Amino acid sequence: MGMYSAKVMDHFANPRNVGELPDANGVGEVGNAKCGDIMRMYLKIEGNTIVDVKFMTFGCGAAIATSSMATELIKGKTIDEALQLTNKAVIEALDGLPPVKVHCSVLAEQAVKAALADYYTRQGIDPEPIVGKLAEDCHGCEEGGSCGI
Amino acid sequence: MSELIYLDNAATTPVSDEVFDAMLPWLRDHYGNPSSHYSIGYDSKQAIDTARAQVAAALHCLPAEVYFTGCGTESDNWAIKGAALRMADKGKKHLITSAFEHHAVLHTMKALEKLGFEVTCLPVSRAGLVDPADVEAAIRPDTALVSIMAANNEIGTIQPIAEIGAICRKKGVWLHTDAVQAAGNIPLDVQAMQVDMLSLSAHKFNGPKGCGALYIRRGVLPVNFMEGGGQENRRRAGTENIAGIVGLGRALEIAVRDMDKRAAHEKQLRDYVVERVLRNIPGTHLNGDAEKRLPGNANISFPGLEGETILLDLDMHGICASTGSACNSDSLDPSHVLLSIGLAHEEAHGTMRFSFGPQNTMEEAERLCDVLEEVIPRRRAMSPVWNTLKK
Repeated sequence: MGMYSAKVMDHFANPRNVGELPDANGVGEVGNAKCGDIMRMYLKIEGNTIVDVKFMTFGCGAAIATSSMATELIKGKTIDEALQLTNKAVIEALDGLPPVKVHCSVLAEQAVKAALADYYTRQGIDPEPIVGKLAEDCHGCEEGGSCGI
Repeated sequence: MSELIYLDNAATTPVSDEVFDAMLPWLRDHYGNPSSHYSIGYDSKQAIDTARAQVAAALHCLPAEVYFTGCGTESDNWAIKGAALRMADKGKKHLITSAFEHHAVLHTMKALEKLGFEVTCLPVSRAGLVDPADVEAAIRPDTALVSIMAANNEIGTIQPIAEIGAICRKKGVWLHTDAVQAAGNIPLDVQAMQVDMLSLSAHKFNGPKGCGALYIRRGVLPVNFMEGGGQENRRRAGTENIAGIVGLGRALEIAVRDMDKRAAHEKQLRDYVVERVLRNIPGTHLNGDAEKRLPGNANISFPGLEGETILLDLDMHGICASTGSACNSDSLDPSHVLLSIGLAHEEAHGTMRFSFGPQNTMEEAERLCDVLEEVIPRRRAMSPVWNTLKK
């Protein structure tokens, strides 16, 4: 459709690591259906390593592509490496995103962090000092005026 | 990729061969300015007069009541701002419209609100219809204008303009209708509908982009929108887009000539797609009244999915359609039209519009269904929302 790079379209058409992970020990979900984006990230962590990762996403093409790329970037990596994943890294790996779609890459970064936070919570460890505070990225849901304008 | 299947005729249409042939001489050989007093100028003026007569015949009005503009949006702006400014002199500063008008109307209303006008925005039913009784109840002594669209651009529902027209005429209030989607697709008779102004746009009925028209009933005087030279009977300045005007007139003439045949054809494709999608893809539903709608418009919600996903999947199969999802716009809000008929945000995000034109074939309609039946389940399998919904 011309708005996305070939890399984005590749990850949209053939998303990597799609699905649920029944034996995940860290699951994070960010976004909401009202805004049109939900990402759920499943991590299986052994020792300090992310041995498997899967995702389920409701959202636009960029939401699916950034989820897919984020899973590729953290699969087989250590927790510390995954914590350093930024939305900018996701954008670069996808050869860029249109400005209106940058929030999708933010969601992908947050989905990984939310799943890691869940992993620590399940271990009885307060995730906040490690993962940081998870910011809400929801800026499109304001109700309109009398005419919805 | 297989050959392109264009199912977005409500967005724009291809210029037909007949229209193109009519326009071509006016782009190259006949370049005279219609305001010039020599023969090639007269030729251009005559071409515009012919087009004006063609539009008048289509709308059942006088040629002198037809004004050419740059686009449908300009027609809407002129009608609404022009009427508002004219009536403000008489102390009338109240405007009535509906919640699901095109942005060309809603944003114009919004701009007038900032100038001190008061706007009443009427609700729309779940079926996508404005209730004439709501119009009647909203009219006040200081109402300057009512503007209700003839047919909605997203869900294709046809509004009861004749009933609204009778009310407005009785109350002595001007009525404008944005007929950009309706013109060329359904019969429009400005006398029967009792409208005072009507906007249309050439590129919606196989004419060129960059040319619109505004019908203004004799005696109705919206303040000028474009000031300058004396074109269009001193009411719309600017050197005329002759090729565009010729194309508009010819395209509308053809659309009216072939209307019954085209409508039957488009309706056949539309009904096939709606029936097959609703039968074969779980959870889907048609938006807007099933009967009172444009012959070529199918607007279907696919719960559990986001429309841009479907749009991209279709595009990869060479199919062009449109979505009400937020991702189709620069904001994150879904279509105001879909929200106005009561769809939840998440439903609106997963809504697609397929709009058929005379050039589409049954093979294309079948191909669309084949592709949807393949991609929708595949995408739903990766949607956490669908996972929840299907339970």
